[in-house]
Amino acid sequence: EKDKEDESSEEDNCSQQNTASRRKNYQKKNSDGKKAGEEGSQQRERGKKAPTKDQKESENKEKKTNKKGKEGENKQKKDRKNSTSSSSSNSSDEESLSEEELAMLMEQVEQKKKLISTMRNKPWRMVKKLSVLREAQAFVEKFEGALGKGKGKKLYAYKMMMAKKWVKFKRDFDNFKTQCIPWEMKIKEVESHFGSSVASYFIFLRWMYGVNLVLFGLIFGLVIIPEVLMGMPYGSMPRKTVPRAEQARAMDFSVLWDFEGYIKYSALFYGYYNNQRTIGWLKYRLPMAYFMVGISVFGYSLMVVIRTMARNANESTADGDDDNFTFSWKMFTSWDYLIGNPETADNKFASITTSFKESIVDEQESNKDENIHLRRFLRVLANVLIICCLCGSGYLIYFVVKRSQTFSKMQNVGWYERNEVEIVMSLLGMFCPPLFETIAALENYHPRIGLKWQLGRIFALFLGNLYTFLLALMDDVNEKLAEEDVVKNITHWTLLGHHNLSAGNNSAATPPPLDPADVPRGPCWETTVGIEFVRLTVSDILVTFITILVGDFIRACFVRFVNYCWCWDLEAGFPSYAEFDISGNVLGLVFNQGMIWMGSFYAPGLVGINVLRLLTSMYFQCWAVMSSNVPHARVFKASKSNNFYMGLLLLILFLSLLPVAYTIMTLPPSFDCGPFSGKKRMYDVIQETIELDFPLFVAKIFSYVANPGLIIPAILLMVLAIYYLNAVAEAYQRANAELKKKMQMQREEEKNKRNNKASTNPMLQDLEDLFTPSTKSESHPKQAEDKKIESPNRTSPVGKQGKAAALDGSPMTGGRGPAFTPPPHVFMTQPLTPGVRAPYLGQPRPRGYPLGPVPGRGRGQPRY
Amino acid sequence: MGNKQTIFTPEQLDAYQDCTFFTRKEILRLFYRYRDLAPQLVPLDYTDKPDVTLPYELIGSMPELKDNPFRQRIAEVFSADGDGNMTLDDFLDMFSVLSEMAPRDLKAYYAFKIYDFNNDDYICKSDLAKTVNKLTRNELTPEEVSLVCEKVIYEADADNDGKLSLEDFQHMIIRAPDFL
Repeated sequence: EKDKEDESSEEDNCSQQNTASRRKNYQKKNSDGKKAGEEGSQQRERGKKAPTKDQKESENKEKKTNKKGKEGENKQKKDRKNSTSSSSSNSSDEESLSEEELAMLMEQVEQKKKLISTMRNKPWRMVKKLSVLREAQAFVEKFEGALGKGKGKKLYAYKMMMAKKWVKFKRDFDNFKTQCIPWEMKIKEVESHFGSSVASYFIFLRWMYGVNLVLFGLIFGLVIIPEVLMGMPYGSMPRKTVPRAEQARAMDFSVLWDFEGYIKYSALFYGYYNNQRTIGWLKYRLPMAYFMVGISVFGYSLMVVIRTMARNANESTADGDDDNFTFSWKMFTSWDYLIGNPETADNKFASITTSFKESIVDEQESNKDENIHLRRFLRVLANVLIICCLCGSGYLIYFVVKRSQTFSKMQNVGWYERNEVEIVMSLLGMFCPPLFETIAALENYHPRIGLKWQLGRIFALFLGNLYTFLLALMDDVNEKLAEEDVVKNITHWTLLGHHNLSAGNNSAATPPPLDPADVPRGPCWETTVGIEFVRLTVSDILVTFITILVGDFIRACFVRFVNYCWCWDLEAGFPSYAEFDISGNVLGLVFNQGMIWMGSFYAPGLVGINVLRLLTSMYFQCWAVMSSNVPHARVFKASKSNNFYMGLLLLILFLSLLPVAYTIMTLPPSFDCGPFSGKKRMYDVIQETIELDFPLFVAKIFSYVANPGLIIPAILLMVLAIYYLNAVAEAYQRANAELKKKMQMQREEEKNKRNNKASTNPMLQDLEDLFTPSTKSESHPKQAEDKKIESPNRTSPVGKQGKAAALDGSPMTGGRGPAFTPPPHVFMTQPLTPGVRAPYLGQPRPRGYPLGPVPGRGRGQPRY
Repeated sequence: MGNKQTIFTPEQLDAYQDCTFFTRKEILRLFYRYRDLAPQLVPLDYTDKPDVTLPYELIGSMPELKDNPFRQRIAEVFSADGDGNMTLDDFLDMFSVLSEMAPRDLKAYYAFKIYDFNNDDYICKSDLAKTVNKLTRNELTPEEVSLVCEKVIYEADADNDGKLSLEDFQHMIIRAPDFL
């Protein structure tokens, strides 16, 4: 049974290749009567899609079973709609079913089910699909009940019912899920106006929003809300109170705008949280939750990014490095089917024409040396210029950070001096990308490659800026740590002194506690870091929005309305309208996310701000792009697998994980603020929980697991696994490349042979006459054609052919056996061109040259 | 959700969902799009499967197709009569194949049919020339067009018969990075 299955599937493989000829064949047969015609059409469909084959098979089997089941009603069966015809004798069927028939029936039902689930993949007309679907459903419906016996039958029926319910539920759930995807229409609208590359940015933005929403839920649900509901209220202890000195101005807008005052002492920042081990009646372990949420924010993000990358990698079967098909791809895939705007369409037409012309020119004069030299020179020049820009911006930030350190020691510095670093960073982020783009115009890359270069450059710029900023922040933190030691003593003595004082006054009564606002406190470096990140994020948001407003909207208004009274054409000339800057926007988003990841441990409220930002920027940018941007002059499509964005995101995620992990592992937490105050290191909270809340053996297991003797082998094992998998992947890749090369060579050879045949044909005619007089009468292309038509009739040789193809390893060439078999005279020409064959000698060629004379190559002869 | 809609029976909707890549809501939305093309022709009740066909002029004026150089071909390929006049079934079929959920080989199959202008199951040189001219709005000279066609045949024709068969086409297009 299995064997038969295999063989038929192979036959199927092969028959797919011969679809066209089959079709002709069966159309011929159509006149044989309705039944044959139906079979023919069925066969035709089967050729197109492998699974369809199953259907036919099942139908055949079905016929068989029915024959056995009801011999008397054989007449009725002419109808071929067995599912309806056999319904009358369903009950009598049941008794007479033997074991194997049952199994067969079961198989058929399964096949029908498969057919139903793959119906949408069939290239049929809807009417046909609907009718086949109905038939299959009726069949399944009817015979499902017949399967199984006695008790098993009931169970089977129950299982089927549950399966049906499950399918229905899944469909409803899918419907619900697609309804929940927001902004679908908005994005589609943008897509139709600007092509898919601009839309890919918005899709990325939406994805990012989803991720941030999950992070937001995590942090708010597990940290902020429990603290607000069950923790000590505001003003009950020093870390939750604004100090006396700041209280007067704590509500001023200018103070709040700098995230000082009341905002600094709120649940948005690390410092507000208490180090109480459990809070509320739930005995919620807040410090533990805080730590775990901080870790799981990174864990979740890593998981999501990697999963998306893996899915994208699976989807993209394309390896764009193949330049065999330049013209074909240009011809068949250059139109963007999503364009629905005349202006964009015009641009697209123009760009397609240019690209065709370019490749024609490339093809016509492949030896245009000067041009290549000039282009190379320009590319090197552009890179030098950009490296200069990067160095300059790095130095500028370094300079500004140094200056800000001196500013921070001085009193009475102005607003500008305080915010200089942020302003300079934002300005660099604003002006460098356009500069890079201008320089990149020198390079003259394809826009998609150009986009990648541009992204890489801006990435380097932002990364340099970010890390300079981080280094400056670390300096700050170290200073604060030194300061803290001093303050710690002062606080200690103050509290002690207060206690003594009150104890001396009236020894009987308990001392009135010191007002929390008066207690001297440390600098709390964690909150400082959090505030820095929040400030940076907010200034980034503002700069982005203002850039859009000024650079796009005001410019568009100016160009549009002043154009009536201006001396040159503003729309076509110098300022014109802005294009949507994909690379800049994507990178802005990616870096913003990096900042969120870094800052969210010390400022839990940051994710909330980010969610708001993404939400507004979705609407704002959609509006801006529709109202004031024009489509790109060289419209190009985004590749389906934009793993490039994801790769950047992963890199940023990793880079932002580093500083956070470093601070958690090496720096001591502040002594008087935050959930970890009083501990030596932040991660001590885990040990504490294990010791106090779990039974002893868990602690023991944990200590064993944490033993370096176990961790190092585990890491080694993982490294080895990675190495092994990598090696396997490489081997596959090599095999793939080898196969590709093989196919390529085979094709070349065929082509050469054909050319040779054309040239040497007249010369060899006479010779050929001598050897094979019988074949001469037919012209060769016709012969090949005939063979093609014939092959499907004789099923068994075809099956063998299919097997041979499978052995050959390259299914594409396998099925086309007849076409590849060289006619005899081609064989004769071979000795004339030994050079062509030379590289092929080592390769196994199961169906290569028929060595020896081919006697009587008539029609219908097996060719091996 | 209010179960007000009586355009299709639930069975019809289920069947359509099995046969296309769409969800319930999308099918209904497509139906309204279809109906908006000619509100006076298309009834609001499809439970008894009325036989309604919209002419190509209406289909081709949809914003999705309006600017597409191959709109006529697309409509022809998907319509039952081959002239671009579509029933609702054809309409759903078309959008199902063109939607982003459809698998690549299905798309390749239909793309082949679309580029096969003379319906002879092969893409020959005249088909290619037509395609190029449509893509470039006749901006290339005839020599350039024929050069391009020759190059395409040279690149993609694996069995050397001077025209592209479906297998040639699929082999070439499945690996294209831009093919969606």
